[in-house]
Amino acid sequence: MRRFSLIAVPYIWLLVLFLVPFVIVLKISLSDYAISIPPYIPQFDPDSGIGALLAKLDFENFVWLTEDDLYWKAYLSSLKIAVISTFLTLLVGYPMAYAMARAPQEWRASLMMLVILPFWTSFLIRVYAWMGILSKEGFLNQFLIWTGVISEPLTILNTNTAVYIGIVYTYLPFMILPIYAALERLDESLIEAAEDLGCSRLTAFWLVTIPLSKTGIIAGCFLVFIPVLGEFVIPSLLGGSDTLMIGKVLWEEFFSNQDWPVASAVAVVLLLLLIIPIVLFQRNQQKQEEAEQ
Amino acid sequence: MTIPEFEPWNDPEAKPLIQFQNVTKRFGDFTAIDDLTIGIYEKEFFALLGPSGCGKTTMMRMLAGFETPTEGAIFLAGQDMAPVPPNKRATNMMFQSYALFPHLSIWENIAFGLKREKMPKADIDDRVDEMLRLTRLEKFASRKPHQISGGQRQRVALARSLAKHPKLLLLDEPLGALDKKLRQETQFELMDIQEKTGTTFVIVTHDQEEAMTVASRVAVMDHGKIIQVATPDRIYETPNSVYVADFIGEVNIIDGTATPNGEDSYSVAWKDGQAPLNVKSPTSFSDGQSCHLAIRPEKVTINAEKPTGVDNAVEGKILDIAYLGNLSTYHVELPSGAVIKAQSANTRRISRRAFTWEDTVWLSWTATAGVLLAT
Repeated sequence: MRRFSLIAVPYIWLLVLFLVPFVIVLKISLSDYAISIPPYIPQFDPDSGIGALLAKLDFENFVWLTEDDLYWKAYLSSLKIAVISTFLTLLVGYPMAYAMARAPQEWRASLMMLVILPFWTSFLIRVYAWMGILSKEGFLNQFLIWTGVISEPLTILNTNTAVYIGIVYTYLPFMILPIYAALERLDESLIEAAEDLGCSRLTAFWLVTIPLSKTGIIAGCFLVFIPVLGEFVIPSLLGGSDTLMIGKVLWEEFFSNQDWPVASAVAVVLLLLLIIPIVLFQRNQQKQEEAEQ
Repeated sequence: MTIPEFEPWNDPEAKPLIQFQNVTKRFGDFTAIDDLTIGIYEKEFFALLGPSGCGKTTMMRMLAGFETPTEGAIFLAGQDMAPVPPNKRATNMMFQSYALFPHLSIWENIAFGLKREKMPKADIDDRVDEMLRLTRLEKFASRKPHQISGGQRQRVALARSLAKHPKLLLLDEPLGALDKKLRQETQFELMDIQEKTGTTFVIVTHDQEEAMTVASRVAVMDHGKIIQVATPDRIYETPNSVYVADFIGEVNIIDGTATPNGEDSYSVAWKDGQAPLNVKSPTSFSDGQSCHLAIRPEKVTINAEKPTGVDNAVEGKILDIAYLGNLSTYHVELPSGAVIKAQSANTRRISRRAFTWEDTVWLSWTATAGVLLAT
């Protein structure tokens, strides 16, 4: 009984904070738009009962998503931005994690602290700070002109480049920490054994270090990819009008268009899209645990 | 039939496979290896023995190429090894932790080094199968390292390091992780494999029994210096210093002063004020030189009555008995308070043991039983 109640806590948590809101969103996504408060006609009418609900049931909001190319373009563009920025984060994060894992023992805690330190300030403030750095009159342009690298200021803010910079910066710790955890456990003598058996430094890295940090790489990639796919703040603050991301579309449908049913449909589809990588991620974790046993 | 004696170190013509020449290795202020010169011959099973921190692992890592000497040079088959990186050396190492690649199967682990040589696929298959047979691992080829036992892992590590036909195999505490019974079996397996493959083995160990069992020669090290290099029996019977005598097995050390009383014969006055001891020693001592007599417990005979016609006899009281099953070690306290250990085989059942605590007994030994060592 006690064990049951212990397990029940997270399940109740999920039920209240995930499943119930999801059912509400799903319900709205199946209803029709109306100029009212809230701006939709409830699908379920207690008087006519469940039969009428099923008779009236249609997926017109979901059909709409396939008819207007804005939506699938936004999904594709989000996917592209998420894939590219995950890859960029990996590219920046792996060497950092590697250097941290190889640093002298007494340095590691401080280095770890430095990675986590940005979390101490508000995420929003940090993104605004990037606006100050990347804008036409920003620090980066001033610095580049001062050093004479460029004569005209570069347009970085409000482009996809700024979005990538923002995402890589924001999500870097999520990439570094799991890779660091995997690399720190790596036994130094495995690298020496590989060299002893005829590997150069580079092949030893490729044949031993990379495969043995694979689980960390996969975990880090998912931890970055999943939230970036639905990211809203960074593209809307740093991106331009041509930065198309589904999070932004969602926001506009909800607040600018006031079309809750379509917005809910967008959210439901996004969730379904996210479930695939999440399931893959779970499987990776499971495999890792099995391997460690 | 006579078995030709394998003693290249006594042959002035023989050229050592490995030559350490005045090698010094420092880590910052710490001197790990101190001006060390030694030769190791082909087909030898050479043991580096010493307490932890004596520099034996550093010596091995220099042979493998993971460390470079601060001063001096190491030659392998006449070639200076300093500029050769580990992956280009004809040496392979078996790591203390085994360092098996956890993401690869046993088969792939053994094939790892061969694949780096760009060996044809068929040859790799043959060689890996041969190594699996040699180490009796055929059944486990497709398993991962975490799916086999410690003893099997040890054999995989050995197979992997031998697969490339190294000129020299380095073994870093290879049996440290095994339990005693398995360790003893594996020691004989190691010797077998060494004989079959004819590879030169250098083993690092802190276990003197292990070194004595497997090695053709043992080097006893301390503080970055080799104190003595000799065959196991010579290390045991004729240690060249109190340190070696004390490090290898059990020993009684009696301090005294030597007075010559014949050819190679000395009378040793010891501080007990008892009759001086008669000792034969090939190394010469001057009159009144202080010395240490090192004598092994098993060379001390224990008797209830004063024995006659012996070179040395002392009386004492049994303080302690260590019962080891096959042997018993008696700690006998002399009137002066000094304790001498005597060991005898338990040829009779314990209930019929001749001596017990507090018994007064006589200890005796011959003049040649001990070794007289200078301070």
